[in-house]
Amino acid sequence: MPRVADDLVLEMRNIRKEFPGVVANDAVSFDVRRGEVHALLGENGAGKSTLMNILYGLYRPDAGEILLNGKPVSFSSARDAMQAGIGMVHQHFMLIPVMTVAENVVLGTEPVREGIFLDEAAADRRVADMAQTFRFEVDPDALVEDIGVGQQQRVEIMKALYRNADILILDEPTAVLTPQEATDLFEILRTLQREGISIIFISHKLNEVLDIADRITVLRRGKTIETVPRQGATEATLARAMVGREVLLRVEKEPAQPGDVLLTVQDLHVRDDRWIEKVRGLSFDVRAGEIVGIAGVDGNGQTELIDALTGLRRIESGTVTIAGRELSHASARAALDAGMGHIPEDRQRRGLVLEFSIAENLALHDYAKAPDARWGWTFPKRVVQRARALISEFDVRGGGPYTPAGGLSGGNQQKLVAAREISRDPKVLIAAQPTRGLDVGAIEYLHRRLVTERDEGRAILLVSLELDEILSLSDRILVLYEGEIVGEHTGEVSEEEIGLEMLGGGEAEAA
Amino acid sequence: MTEPGPPPEPEQSPKPPPAPEPGQGPKPHPATGPGQGTEPGTFAARFDMKQRAGGIAVPIVTVLIAFFMGGVVVAATQHSVHKALLAYRDIFNGAGLNWIFHPTTTILDPTTHLTHLPSYNLSQTLLQTTTLILTGLAVAFAFRAGLFNIGGQGQYFVGIIVANWVGVSFATMSTAPHIVLAVVAATLAGAAWAGIAGVLKATVGAHEVISTIMLNWIAFYVGYWIFGDGGPLQNSTEPFVPVSNDVAHSAQLPVFWGAQGFQGLDIGIFIALGALATFWVLLNRTTLGYEVRAVGFNPDAAAYGGISVKKNIIRAMAISGAFAGLAGAVDMLGYLYHYAQGDFAFSQVGFLGIAVALLGRNTALGTLLSALLFGALLFGTTHGLNSGSVIQPTLASNLTYIIMGLVVLFAGANVLVLYVWNAPRRWLRRRAKAPTDTAEQPA
Repeated sequence: MPRVADDLVLEMRNIRKEFPGVVANDAVSFDVRRGEVHALLGENGAGKSTLMNILYGLYRPDAGEILLNGKPVSFSSARDAMQAGIGMVHQHFMLIPVMTVAENVVLGTEPVREGIFLDEAAADRRVADMAQTFRFEVDPDALVEDIGVGQQQRVEIMKALYRNADILILDEPTAVLTPQEATDLFEILRTLQREGISIIFISHKLNEVLDIADRITVLRRGKTIETVPRQGATEATLARAMVGREVLLRVEKEPAQPGDVLLTVQDLHVRDDRWIEKVRGLSFDVRAGEIVGIAGVDGNGQTELIDALTGLRRIESGTVTIAGRELSHASARAALDAGMGHIPEDRQRRGLVLEFSIAENLALHDYAKAPDARWGWTFPKRVVQRARALISEFDVRGGGPYTPAGGLSGGNQQKLVAAREISRDPKVLIAAQPTRGLDVGAIEYLHRRLVTERDEGRAILLVSLELDEILSLSDRILVLYEGEIVGEHTGEVSEEEIGLEMLGGGEAEAA
Repeated sequence: MTEPGPPPEPEQSPKPPPAPEPGQGPKPHPATGPGQGTEPGTFAARFDMKQRAGGIAVPIVTVLIAFFMGGVVVAATQHSVHKALLAYRDIFNGAGLNWIFHPTTTILDPTTHLTHLPSYNLSQTLLQTTTLILTGLAVAFAFRAGLFNIGGQGQYFVGIIVANWVGVSFATMSTAPHIVLAVVAATLAGAAWAGIAGVLKATVGAHEVISTIMLNWIAFYVGYWIFGDGGPLQNSTEPFVPVSNDVAHSAQLPVFWGAQGFQGLDIGIFIALGALATFWVLLNRTTLGYEVRAVGFNPDAAAYGGISVKKNIIRAMAISGAFAGLAGAVDMLGYLYHYAQGDFAFSQVGFLGIAVALLGRNTALGTLLSALLFGALLFGTTHGLNSGSVIQPTLASNLTYIIMGLVVLFAGANVLVLYVWNAPRRWLRRRAKAPTDTAEQPA
């Protein structure tokens, strides 16, 4: 098939990139055909971002070559790459919130009138044309701050297309989207594909890669492991290629055997910093030996709920009871002492003091209690001794007791937080986004650990934006929408059903 | 800085052998590790983190660059590189650092009645160092809690006033209790003064930089009034001289090097060294220190850990102020004994404490070394260069502030120093890594 060779729009051959102490890319080869979606799959630190940053002109490769439409190229900046027709949509959008969609799209290459004036009409027209061609369904005159995350992402894509990109790099595009928005995104990607645009899709989520990609390249530790067509690939084979060993994708667990009620929440109302009521009359309980999952789109009151339960935020009204003790207006200290464990959603901002050593971080709650301290004196040696034991029990890699927590990888930081919380033997454990940003291996570990702790008889409240995670771990699911519970499920339930409720569609039935 | 009393007019001592460059540069604790990733909440915390990230090389480079630039100033104004080198030799000798070549415990020779200059100079340098250690600790402790205490000067004034008041009163007490009483009272007063800023920050969120600056002025004018004509602590014998009484003999700190009453070196320096040890133990071996450091690095994580951030802000400010108040007590009881209205306008020790802490990277050992450096500079420039033999006295006194200003500037511009420091290596790496350019330019 000679056409196939002609169709190669991009070839990266034997790319090597070394950082002090790490080989980020080692003889990586990667190619893209016209109009295909090529997924780049790998764990965190596998070298995906490095490879794409090389392609986008942000890094220079130490060795290897890049061929664009058969011609060797060398980019020294993102501008070069853009001019050559490569566009990139980063995970964190680079949009100006107070400007309109059209203004954001044309920013930097604005159509001008009489030399200096922005030709708004022309900008609007071109953006509207483009939106129609690719079926973006975005209002060019809307302000970016007023539109949703999914739409903002489309604006980013339009920015790239406006600069005539025919190769589009998407860095973890679904990380910020709800399942419905992800489906919409995939529709758009298929439209782009039909227009002959090639898409490089970076991800570590297996199911969506199998959903959208034509071919899949797996990277592991800076090396290309394989490039396979979607046909014939399964989640299991891809996971094995990614991690290098067999991975248990489904969480294996026995049916829950719920015991006593350990956490009771009654008619809870909580306001956020801007005095907006974010939790509006929540009532639920969690029993010993069960995992209750709270599903919901980000910003529907999850953060405020968790903060209120852990004593980090004042409660407006209602009650919180932990193992029979009412702690509605208690401090964080009192909640901790009552048997509350909390894996916070932002481990770097809240869960860890990154400058502190591993040992000091493990003492974050109990630094003032025996055996860590007595009469105000600390005993660093005892803390270090305990840290050694926990490091090996929870398999924290990348450092010893004296290593600063900031030097660990995300997965190991999270294991460190989990080690601290679980080792305190909490009655109630709140796990907020416990696997955010982690790779397959670490996710597997943490999921298994949560199930083990459930079986130990702890009451576990899992709050996650990842519907997969909620579905695979929870014994009971509560769906949160605008601070209220709009659905409760115990048995089998489909992703779509919950997805609909997450967007408020289930309100009618729940009411 | 209150000018130390006139030195006994010295005989010109024989020229010592050429002295090595002064200022070996402080050697703080190796940084506890690079701060990574996240942005801690406050400016001070971020600053502290950057400070500690650079290791030991940066403060040394900072000092060397400052000395070099100061040398450039001298060389340019005097049109002579040689004079710049001579000026540094004179500073070195003026600070008494040449004492190592003539070690002796005598200051005033009992037979010849001549002053042994290096000993005298060194004792004066150490007197300055004592104060700077304490005001430096005041700034450093607050920094470790993520707070920027610019109010060391005001807290020092409060310490001065209270120490003078207690030292002048209770003249019938015996020595030890009187000293303890005056020191404790002044320390607590400093703590309370800084505590006001802490309470304001914890309760209504008033920024400590603003409130401590305002408290400085309040302390300044209170002192101005209190020691001024008709003020409650003005001296009792000369009604038109705005100066306080001398503290009673029972409250004066014993002098162990030099003569009591002639600005000899008093035991205040051991109090300062004790404060250094306390600082270290408090931060590294107590739950209080753990809380302070956690709040300083990451208040969110501290709150999550069950630590009260507000309580720690107030407590850290109070402890910080205690160090500055103690500095006032040690100066007042150690060698000043009295304070004039005019002295308030000349005192800079609180602000110098900021420079000491910055350069010392808020560690105990770093503070000690940088207080030594600044003490030597302070006394060495004023007393080593004012002979006029090398450079004009006008430039001489300003050279202190030029060099100190540069140190502060470079300590603040740590990142810049790091950048310059790494530049050669970065350049080499880039050369080595530059790809052999075979690829043709994109169409």
